[in-house]
Amino acid sequence: MRRRTTQVAVVMGAAALLLTAACTTDPTVTPPPSETATQEPTESASEEPAPEEEPSGEAPANEWFDQALYDEQYAQRSVTPEGPADEPYLQHIDAEFVDTSEFASEGAKKVCFANASISNPWRQTGWITMNQQLKALQDAGVISEMETRDAQDNDDTQIADIDYFISEGGCDVFVISPNSTAAMTPAVERACETGKPVIVFDRGVQTDCPVTFIHPIGGFAWGIDTAEFLIDNLEPGSKVVALRILPGVDVLEQRWAAAEKLFAEAGIEAVDHFTGADPVKIKSIISDELARGGVDGVWMDAGDGAVAALEAFEDAGVDYPVITGEDELSFLRKWKETGVTALGPVYSNFQWRTPLLAVQKIFAGEEIPGEWVLPQVPITVDELDEYLERNDGMPDGHYAKFGGENLPGFPEIWQERVMP
Amino acid sequence: MRRSAREVALDLVSPQRAVFLLLVVLLVAIVVINPTFAEPGQLMRFAQRVAPVAIVAMGQYFVIVSGEFDLSMGSLVTAQVVGAGALVGQDGSRTVPVLLVMIAFGALVGLVNGLATTFLRVPSFIVTLGMMLALLGGVLYWTGGAATGNPADEFRQIGRGGWHDVPLLDFVPYSVVLLLALLALALWYTRRPAGRLHVAVGDNVATARYAGARIWWVKTRAFMISSLSATVAGVLLVGYAGVHPSVGRGYEFTAITAVVLGGVVLGGGRGWIVGALAGAVVLEALFVLLNYAGVPSTIRSSVQGVIIIAAVAYSALDFRRRSSGPTHASPDGGDVAAPTQDGDGAELIHNPATSGTQPKEKA
Repeated sequence: MRRRTTQVAVVMGAAALLLTAACTTDPTVTPPPSETATQEPTESASEEPAPEEEPSGEAPANEWFDQALYDEQYAQRSVTPEGPADEPYLQHIDAEFVDTSEFASEGAKKVCFANASISNPWRQTGWITMNQQLKALQDAGVISEMETRDAQDNDDTQIADIDYFISEGGCDVFVISPNSTAAMTPAVERACETGKPVIVFDRGVQTDCPVTFIHPIGGFAWGIDTAEFLIDNLEPGSKVVALRILPGVDVLEQRWAAAEKLFAEAGIEAVDHFTGADPVKIKSIISDELARGGVDGVWMDAGDGAVAALEAFEDAGVDYPVITGEDELSFLRKWKETGVTALGPVYSNFQWRTPLLAVQKIFAGEEIPGEWVLPQVPITVDELDEYLERNDGMPDGHYAKFGGENLPGFPEIWQERVMP
Repeated sequence: MRRSAREVALDLVSPQRAVFLLLVVLLVAIVVINPTFAEPGQLMRFAQRVAPVAIVAMGQYFVIVSGEFDLSMGSLVTAQVVGAGALVGQDGSRTVPVLLVMIAFGALVGLVNGLATTFLRVPSFIVTLGMMLALLGGVLYWTGGAATGNPADEFRQIGRGGWHDVPLLDFVPYSVVLLLALLALALWYTRRPAGRLHVAVGDNVATARYAGARIWWVKTRAFMISSLSATVAGVLLVGYAGVHPSVGRGYEFTAITAVVLGGVVLGGGRGWIVGALAGAVVLEALFVLLNYAGVPSTIRSSVQGVIIIAAVAYSALDFRRRSSGPTHASPDGGDVAAPTQDGDGAELIHNPATSGTQPKEKA
């Protein structure tokens, strides 16, 4: 009996310690700056220090923050893109053109596409659009076939995919959507060494050997657009709940890094949570934040799950917040239905067309932008009706700015949403 | 008299009841941080949120206590959620037929799991892992990864709605009533001979077989209960959160954690279903506490994990002590080594505690 008691006591003590540790991890406690720099990205100070403790204009300690890139993307947001007005997937911002005459040649070419994954609705929508673009270019005799390998979100798989393409693919051109930036760099360099054109899109790599790198403006622009919208529509001292999918992915971290900085400067209290895009978790988090005190704004690093966030406000019987989601149709429809104050930022889904159109230009020997920055314009309340109408009948997981309206198979292919 | 009072106190903190103690500690901590949690409306909202995971944990209890695992629960929840979204669509009148289809599908999945485990002799860990992948792949193939959107509100009311303006309780969600009904049913079943057989089979298959139990049917029944509970949870989650391919992700591990936290022994043969239920409530309460305490998002999972390990370690103390006894004597002499291990562990724990928290006894 006594041994049992003492065992009990020890474990009780340990449990108490753990609980105390959990409770004293106060948001106002921030790690010293020197420590943050060496920590793993996921452990950096993600909670806002109280605004009054932070000198204005000082960025919070977020190691994903890159001032130069932030400034560049800040400026690119207001640049009027060049290119055909009704074809955003061919527009470009601040382009420096590169000569591709060395690749000019006749005949239909074989494209080898190393895809990171089709594991989320955004990538699935883009993948469908890309395949319809492929059909159009096959009909035009530009492309003979596209061999695709899906790395299923795995770096090693994608490296193997690229090496397979290099050695046995019989490829005329490589199109790569990297799974991650650093890990994919050597494989992309090996593809470049074949002397055949390489096109990288979406996430980047740390080499400029590809002929072109195609991407929308970027994560910081997303963070700036959304944070500015919330700041404009809220009073200083308001509370914003930031719903983030997962840590450690640069395109997502940059969105938050920019927003976090702007919230701190504007005196907005922002609390971030990781949701895994699971609506159950989103709803529970919002419910808890509502029980803790008022929530004035909701910021999301991707719009998947925005409906669950708004429903949490409905179920708690409180007023809707100001919210930034994405151009995903579930969110746009809920926005329309509720009349909530909202913004639909975009990570231009039409970029999935551009790589194949770049293939066409490269083999025609036309010059193309070396870094092909596509426009990235959020959907505002004034354009909401227009985008809902244009995407009438599309499934909820579809993205409004998918840019495939002039492709064969529109709209049935996107409505049926069968993965190619 | 004094001795009996001490016994009562000991009983409260005994490892077997660890989950209840932890639950009380968590709830008190939550109320201290945010007193509004104790309001009836908030408590009911919390209960509504717990219902799906608690039902899944109760289902998993039957599988684990029968000596098996069910890893397919999470993806079955996903499949049912996505399926409900697609089948009901915007037509509320389909609610009842779709519910019947879902129940049939859930039962079928459990049947396949059970038969493959018992007749094909494939370990349930592998069978249900395969089922998990098959279901996930099926969902992806069917939906193209994006669900069709939320079904008609009639269907969602089951998990989202309830009776409003109830005296004293303010709001009574349907899902909480369903949870209580299922708990009552499960308690009744575990007291029936058929229910007790799960524990018997999990404790010692050979004995149960000699006693005349049909092992394959007992285990298959457990898998079917588990799959049906995942189906019910799926129905509730469609209402609570909506249709999304990530709903249900990780539920199998949440359920297993809840069950183990509740003092149910992995490998079967021991455990109380109310413990599994309490384990589920603990996990959800821990999530709430971390939200209320404002623990930074980046270290939250670690804090959660450490607390769960500590709690399970605590509840396992009692089991370790007893394992030195002859109950699990094995022919290869495994029980010879056991007392030594146990002795070491007990000594390690024994000393500091005696000096630290029981000075009177030591003196």
